[in-house]
Amino acid sequence: MSQQYSFLVVEDSPTMRQLVTFSLKRISNAKIVEATDGVDALKKMSEEKFHLIIADINMPLMDGLKLLSIIRKDPVYASIPVIIVTTEGAEVDKDKGLKLGANAYLTKPIQTNALLSKVKELLSMEGT
Amino acid sequence: MENEKESEILKKAEDFLKVFKKGEEFTHDLLVTNEKLRYRAIQLEDEVNSLKRTANMPADIAKMEQTIHQLEQEKKNLLNKFKNVEEENKDFASRYVEVEEENNNLANLYVASYQLHSTLDYQEVIRIVLEVLLNLVGADRCAILLKEEGTSDMVVVASEGMQTFNFKKVKLGDGIIGKAGQTGESHFVTDLKNFSSDDPLFPIVCIPLKIKEHILGVISVFALLEQKKEKLTRIDYELFSMLAGHAATAIFSSKLYSQSERKLSTVQGFINLLSGREE
Repeated sequence: MSQQYSFLVVEDSPTMRQLVTFSLKRISNAKIVEATDGVDALKKMSEEKFHLIIADINMPLMDGLKLLSIIRKDPVYASIPVIIVTTEGAEVDKDKGLKLGANAYLTKPIQTNALLSKVKELLSMEGT
Repeated sequence: MENEKESEILKKAEDFLKVFKKGEEFTHDLLVTNEKLRYRAIQLEDEVNSLKRTANMPADIAKMEQTIHQLEQEKKNLLNKFKNVEEENKDFASRYVEVEEENNNLANLYVASYQLHSTLDYQEVIRIVLEVLLNLVGADRCAILLKEEGTSDMVVVASEGMQTFNFKKVKLGDGIIGKAGQTGESHFVTDLKNFSSDDPLFPIVCIPLKIKEHILGVISVFALLEQKKEKLTRIDYELFSMLAGHAATAIFSSKLYSQSERKLSTVQGFINLLSGREE
């Protein structure tokens, strides 16, 4: 049996959450947990370990960048790869995301295959 | 006398010794020459043998040439096969890209369609239409306009990024939006690179929300996200086409559902009143 990968999809839009989840299901034995904002994501992260996190930026309660900075500062979560998926396509936003520690920055509308190859690339990078 | 005889004999003996020595030298020379000749004879014998072997070479060369020819033919065949496999590989690669693109399109269409029909709540349906426009199409500014009952207007029921515009309603037949709402024909600006408009009456995209020939309203897109400004893709047109039908059905169904819910509650109220029951 292949290794099980756990993914956390943090996105306030149900449409995008479903699209990302739908794409990740192409990875065999993938376990996908959904969170609607940064606060919800931190709660889910305290409950179980994730191999990779996919997060939006613009979300209520806690945005994706705040969540990312918390993840990178916490030694327990710091090594988890994070992919930002957002409508913010300006270079300055991308730089900000990457400087905060995002492993990849994808802009909406996403190509599901591009997201999938980035996920696979990051997972092999992590050696998981 | 005797001395003379003796010296004559000695002289003869010396002459004889000289002749003998010469004979010895000659014999020695003969032996050396003989040795050289024997060595030369062996050399010649070897050469003859070697020449005899060389005499079979043409056959060997012919055989080798044939082998070379066969190998060259095999090489040519292999190169042809390699070329064919490479072409097949390229074909597979391009087909893989096409399949992946198609997969992406289908995923987008599936999700949009699934979300639109996942609820009967009118406000939620409207929110989902906006979500599809923002997240799947990449619209930066857009609006949903629906026909107002009893008037010839279409009113804005939801919008995104339009706060700065005083955009509330459009008369049927007026401008691009009004015409789309009246005729049911879609409008697309194809040359996005040279298109720039902040006027809400000049959208990039305007698609009618239709159930068969019945037009409910329109979806208008006024600006696309920075990363989408180059052009609309095939999936965008497919999403627009899907939205034209599915969003219309979802909006219509949710409206009917909320109306029937209201009516049901009114009827229930009457029944309760007539039967003397309290709610």
